[in-house]
Amino acid sequence: MPDKIVIREVGRTFDVKGGVFAALDRVSLDVQDKEFLCIVGPSGCGKSTLLRMLGGLEHPTSGILTIHHGEADRPLTAMIFQEESVFPWLTVEKNAAYGLKVTGTWRGPESVERVDYFLEKTGLARFRTFYPYQLSGGMKQRLSVARAFVTNPEILLMDEPFAALDEQNKLLLQQELGKLWEENRGTVVFITHSLDEAVLLGDRVLVMSSAPGRIKQSIPIPFERPRTLMSLRRTPEFNRITQELWDLLRDEVERARAEESGRVAATATVTINAESAG
Amino acid sequence: MWIVSPLALLLLWEACARLGFIEVRFFPAPSTIFAKLWELIGTAGFWIDVGTSLRRMFIGFFMGAIPGLIVGLAMGLFRPVREICQPLVAALYPLPKIAILPLILLIFGIGELSKYVIVAIGVFFLMTINTFAGVANIPAIYFDVARNLRASRWHIYLTVALPGALPGIFTGLRVCMGVALLLLVAAEFVGAEEGIGYRIWWAWSVFWVTNMYVGFAVIALLGFLSAYFVDWLERRFLPWQRRQT
Ligand SMILES: Nc1ncnc2c1ncn2[C@@H]1O[C@H](COP(=O)(O)OP(=O)(O)O)[C@@H](O)[C@H]1O
Ligand SMILES: [Mg+2]
Repeated sequence: MPDKIVIREVGRTFDVKGGVFAALDRVSLDVQDKEFLCIVGPSGCGKSTLLRMLGGLEHPTSGILTIHHGEADRPLTAMIFQEESVFPWLTVEKNAAYGLKVTGTWRGPESVERVDYFLEKTGLARFRTFYPYQLSGGMKQRLSVARAFVTNPEILLMDEPFAALDEQNKLLLQQELGKLWEENRGTVVFITHSLDEAVLLGDRVLVMSSAPGRIKQSIPIPFERPRTLMSLRRTPEFNRITQELWDLLRDEVERARAEESGRVAATATVTINAESAG
Repeated sequence: MWIVSPLALLLLWEACARLGFIEVRFFPAPSTIFAKLWELIGTAGFWIDVGTSLRRMFIGFFMGAIPGLIVGLAMGLFRPVREICQPLVAALYPLPKIAILPLILLIFGIGELSKYVIVAIGVFFLMTINTFAGVANIPAIYFDVARNLRASRWHIYLTVALPGALPGIFTGLRVCMGVALLLLVAAEFVGAEEGIGYRIWWAWSVFWVTNMYVGFAVIALLGFLSAYFVDWLERRFLPWQRRQT
């Protein structure tokens, strides 16, 4: 299969007080067309930064990032964020239609049908005239999933979309997302900190190392679809893969922690110096 | 429910006046004031005063609010505009607008224009600041959603910046109504031939205390109605806001 996304030696630094901070360092990876790629890594390793680059919200400071744009009448990417991102001033229906409206791909009745279809799929059809303040957290997240799917993007980008949800809602949404994707296959880059979620949804899982973020390992996920978490958990293969992922991740999480406390200690020293100087 | 406490206060006042606890030459009983109000409502002069003040207030209001809205939005959306305007607004805003009333009268004369201008200046700054704050407080995530979908600049302004700033704009409108009334009455004290402020000042100069109170009552009522009007607009235009009832 052809590569949809090609990332070569991409780095990203941020100017911070007293120097530059490297969030990503020489990241190289390819994502195939119609691949569901999951990325896990310790917090602060630059996962969101990488995803925001793919979504056109950030630029790399070094390296090359190429996305092959296939069809002109579809948006290239649609992003689903971890935070609440549905527009409070639009009704459920208008939120779901937002992407089609602003990308100039609204096609009258055909689009209305498309919006209806995804509202139905995400269980929001009965709430179409509601405003977000009238919805629960899980419903709002489902709405942002619907808003992204409605635009029919070439690439779906998801940044820990279910992290803020309770366990039951998360399980249901993972299941629904898996089903939606199987029915409407496209390229997906999905960031998560849940190993179960990564194995349930992904064709492949990338493990990133702690700051500056690099790609540490790529693990293929061999399970047939459709998958459910409950049936996967009964297989020894599932346990072997999650164990392997956890072994890879644990070192990084520990290192990230040590670095974080190092950063805090460094800032503290600076403050003390500044105080004694003043 | 909201009628209970004002009514209780009026009753207490009435009782105190009748029982001679307060000096009725300075604090006439509410019944006396309302009788006077009733009498004046039947006169053409009363309506000329009210109409004149309302017209001045609304013209001044729009002269200030529309430019304020535009400047506030531009400050929120464009960095160069923000960098130029922010220090100016910060320096000029705290200046009490009544302090420059003599200057306004000097420049624009004693006629109608000076009334419009003083109201407009007060409203302009409040509207600018509140609109700017309204845009600046829109969470970045909403802009990210639009930018990710490659929405055009105009789409971003119209579908994110403007609706996102509306709560701030309405806060601005609410405080501006009060300030417009305040500045107008002050301006009518010193240089006017008609208007509610003028009528209060005139009543003072001839010591018709009850007529002064009628003026206060009319202003209070106008303040109340304009606040109510903004609330009504807000309910109509911001149905998406959670409100406590
Ligand atoms: N705009 C920014 N300015 C400075 N530092 C940033 C900025 N954005 C992200 N960072 C830093 O880059 C690192 C990676 O951030 P992020 O991509 O959000 O990590 P992750 O999503 O993996 O938790 C973090 O240490 C974060 O503090
Ligand atoms: Mg993140």
